[in-house]
Amino acid sequence: MKMNRRQILMLMPAAAIAWESILAGTPEEAPNYKMSEHWWSMLIDISKCIGCGNCVRACAAENKVPAGHFRTWVERYHVDDENMTEPQVISPNGGFDGFPAATEDTGKYFYVPKLCNQCADSPCTQVCPVGATFISPDGVVMVDRKYCLGCAYCVQACPYGCRYIHPELEVADKCDLCYHRITKGLTTACCENCPTGARQLADLKDPKDPIHEFLRTHNVQVLKPQMATGAKVFYNDLDGSVR
Amino acid sequence: MSSFKNTGHLFRFAGLFVLAFLIFLGVRGFVVPKSFGQYGHYRGNAIVDDAARPMFYAGHQACETCHADIAATKASGAHAHVNCEACHGPQAIHALADDPTAHIPVKPDSATLCIRCHAKTLAKPKNFPQVDGDHSQGMACITCHTNPHSPAMDTAAKGGAK
Repeated sequence: MKMNRRQILMLMPAAAIAWESILAGTPEEAPNYKMSEHWWSMLIDISKCIGCGNCVRACAAENKVPAGHFRTWVERYHVDDENMTEPQVISPNGGFDGFPAATEDTGKYFYVPKLCNQCADSPCTQVCPVGATFISPDGVVMVDRKYCLGCAYCVQACPYGCRYIHPELEVADKCDLCYHRITKGLTTACCENCPTGARQLADLKDPKDPIHEFLRTHNVQVLKPQMATGAKVFYNDLDGSVR
Repeated sequence: MSSFKNTGHLFRFAGLFVLAFLIFLGVRGFVVPKSFGQYGHYRGNAIVDDAARPMFYAGHQACETCHADIAATKASGAHAHVNCEACHGPQAIHALADDPTAHIPVKPDSATLCIRCHAKTLAKPKNFPQVDGDHSQGMACITCHTNPHSPAMDTAAKGGAK
């Protein structure tokens, strides 16, 4: 085959496009899972939480969370009758080993499990300079470990303190609602291991999900609604002193 | 027209710009992954990467495919809504293996396991069953509560512990 210079030059762009698509490959789709059919959230029932720490341990095991860092953690509040604005909050090792016995029989105690609120309008995704953190089409805020520089801008931006820099990988890490589980039809590790059902994974796009009935009939709040983050972790029976 | 005289240097300069732009496009096409921008300003395949992580908790559905008898015992008792791995720990290595007998789970020790949830403290919801240190008098929980999958005692003493 003989080609002159002009013919070769005309073929080069086509060859470049073909070569690019060979390099990139085609994105795989999980079987029977369509991102457009889901909008994930979580429901946390404060009145059911016993502070056992099962969720924290399960999360650490499932997601290989390094010691001293947490994708989810549990806080214990002690609110005195007369001092609503200054609750005593403890979270020894994030609740990983449970909590010491409460002895002071004044005021009220309750546990507040915390995790990434999977905000629909999240400050953390807005500040990322390289597009390494984003909200997926099914409503999960994720970190792209290959793109993350570890600049920790998102760690500062999260109003809930849900992010940390992974000490070995040197990338931002956070709860991704066990995305590898929920796309396979399972629930998250924390919800799977909660003995009292205080944590429930919920799909807001599924009309059969009991979350809709629950949200209609209970006093449900999100954390820091004044930040307008579009938080999707709903708390039932949340005390006004929780920050 | 006289205004187009001696303009060769301008076209050479413009040519350099075009060349630089083409090189930029070429490098960009090579460096930026194809899935970048598929759903937004991020790498679409990052979602696939995340979904491909290994599981450590198999989920109670996997347990119940073989241990249907225990699931039935559990369903009628107080622990009906406590999933298997909440006590038995992450068992994907056992449940999702081709040969589950190759990894037999270790039995949990009731002396340390039960009090994770049932240790008495003022901070727990009042309706949750809790016991203090004197309750067992040093005996392991399963001495009396013989079936941890349905832990109520058969005798009239049922519900006596608070």
